[in-house]
This record gives sequence, structure tokens and C-alpha cells, in this order.
Amino acid sequence: MIYLRLFFEFFKTGLFAVGGGLATVPFLYDMADKTGWFTHGALADMIAVSESTPGPMGVNMATYVGYTTAGIPGGVIATLGLFMPSLIIIMIIAKVLQKFRQNKYVDAGFYGLRPCSLGLIAAAGYLIFRLALLDLDAYAVSGSVRDLFHWKAWILAAVLLILTNLVPKVKKVHPIFFILASAVVGIVFAF
Amino acid sequence: MNEERTSIGFLARLFGTFAKVGVMTFGGGYAMLPILQREIVEDRHWATEEELMDYYAVGQCTPGIIAVNTATFIGQKKAGIAGGIMATLGVVFPSIVIILLIASVLTHFADAPVVRHAFAGIRVCVCVLVFNAVVKLWKGAVKDKAGLCIFAVVFLLSVFLDVSPVVYVIIAAVTGILLTQMGVRGK
Repeated sequence: MIYLRLFFEFFKTGLFAVGGGLATVPFLYDMADKTGWFTHGALADMIAVSESTPGPMGVNMATYVGYTTAGIPGGVIATLGLFMPSLIIIMIIAKVLQKFRQNKYVDAGFYGLRPCSLGLIAAAGYLIFRLALLDLDAYAVSGSVRDLFHWKAWILAAVLLILTNLVPKVKKVHPIFFILASAVVGIVFAF
Repeated sequence: MNEERTSIGFLARLFGTFAKVGVMTFGGGYAMLPILQREIVEDRHWATEEELMDYYAVGQCTPGIIAVNTATFIGQKKAGIAGGIMATLGVVFPSIVIILLIASVLTHFADAPVVRHAFAGIRVCVCVLVFNAVVKLWKGAVKDKAGLCIFAVVFLLSVFLDVSPVVYVIIAAVTGILLTQMGVRGK
């Protein structure tokens, strides 16, 4: 039963993804590997759509993945699964808020969790890097380092990196602008 | 006041307010903070600035998406369990509608060359955005040598091995507790 499976997978994601935004992404890569519901490439596209549309990114990802896997009910069920653990846990600890925050084991646990969550996000980022900027298939065939790199993509990445970090007025611009500009560049230069 | 808070009308307002917050939020939980400050603290006085920061702090150190955690907190505080549920439904509602619309259109055109080229370009951008996000989160997450080790080990293992992230999360939490007990933390 696909709906039950979707609910369970996203419940798990909601329970173990710590933090906001990209924290769900490593779990979705794992889901892609285990279930075959979607490819790594499709997931990278979903991240772009989720970043460029309103709403918390994790929720957008759940709806998108659920929809592509099992239509409209799938989108709704995946989203329900994602926020169910939050709902239950927050309801329980809302009553003991201060105690929970000051509990030394909770604090110590999260001291270990935060770098872990960041490591998982970085690893998911590496998967996107491999997909967007390297051509491992062509490299495997020809063995030539020249074929390993998508040169056009490297130039775009360098420009984006500089714009988003170093140019004072531009770096404050909303990410949706960079995403749309990259889409145009991708079409014009036939990526 | 209590009577008003548990009324259907108030629950509808909770839903509506958080739906508005959902529409105005782009990206992750952190992007939501300025909008919550205006809608919840300044306009509606449903929480003070300090309370909001508390919810955020706890939302960050409880499982789940920060945006959902914070919505559940405020809803629960204002109108109990029903309030928590309505606020959460409100914050996810715009996502569900908008994403379903976009996804249903996009899946029909996914194989068109223009769409493929566009997304090939977009993936490069997503890669840069993820990199920037990791750099930005670094200071808050990696505070000492042990933190750096946890980051590096988790990164390398999850690149090379096919293990569920759940395993890393559980082991990292236990490691955090053990390191703190052993007095290694902060060195």
C-alpha cells in the first residue's frame, strides 16, 4: 500500500530531520535509493522548485515528492506524515518547555546532533554537485579528464558563487532570482 | 477571553494567520522569523518577542521542521490541542496547494528539451545555494574540534556508504551526551 508507505517514510523524516529547510534533503536521497520512487536528478529539480515557491521548504519537498509518487492524495499524505511527529512532540513538551530547554541531556544531545545534521546536508550537496558539475559517465567511457567536467556549469557556478557571496548589493537578492537566471542560462547555452 | 479563544472563529483566525505566514515564507524555518515577528508579535500580540525566541530555540532542538514546530507551539499556547493542529494545518496549506499545482503542470513537460536545459542550469544554482547554506549554518553547528570530527565523519560516511541518515542522527545524539559527560565538549 503506497499511501501507508509514503506516510511512514515521511513520518520517519519528520521525526529525525533536525532543523529547518535543507534538513529533510538527506532523508529524501535515502528514500530515493531505497524505494526508487524518484531519481537523484528529479530530487535536485524538486529542491529548486521548493526553494522558489512560498512555504517552508521541508513541507514543499514532502508535497512534491508525495505527488510525483502517488498523485494528489500522495502529496497530502506525505505532508501529513512529515508534520505528525512535530505535532505530537511539541504538544507534549509545550507543557514543560523551560525544563526541556534546560535539561542537560537534551542540550548535550543537540550538541552532537547539529554538526551531524550539517554533515548530512553537506553530503546531499555533494550528490547535487556530482550531478550538476561532473560527467562521470563520459569520463568512464573516455578516461579523459576533459570529459569529467561540465565546463559551462563550472563557469555558471563560479559566477553564482561570487555574486551570492561577494557582491554587496546582489548577495541580498532573493534566491529565486538566481534560480530563474540559472534556468535562462541553462536554456540559452543548452546545458 | 478563554471562551473566545476556543471558539471556531478563533481557530479559523489561527488557520488564516498561519496560512498567511506560510505564503510569505520562502525557504527554510529561519526565513519565517521576521514574518512571525510582524504577524504574531506586533500585529496580533499572540506572543511576546521573548516567547517567540523561546519557541524558535525549542523548535530547533526538537525533531521536525522548525516552521511546523513553531506554528504548533503558538497554536497550542493560544487554543490548546485544536489550536496547535489548526496553526500547523494553516502553515502547510499554501504549500500543498501551490506545489500540487506546479507539480501537476511540470510533470507533463518534464521531458521537453527546454525544461531539461533549464533544470540543468538550475541544478548548478541549487548546488551553490546548498554550499552557501552549509557555510552559513557552520558557526552555529560546529563549535569545537569534536563538532568538526562529527561533521567530517558523518559527511564522509554518508558520501561513501549507503546507511540511513536515521542511524547517524541517533549515534550523533548519543555521542554528544557522552562527550559532554566526559568533559570533552568545548575543547
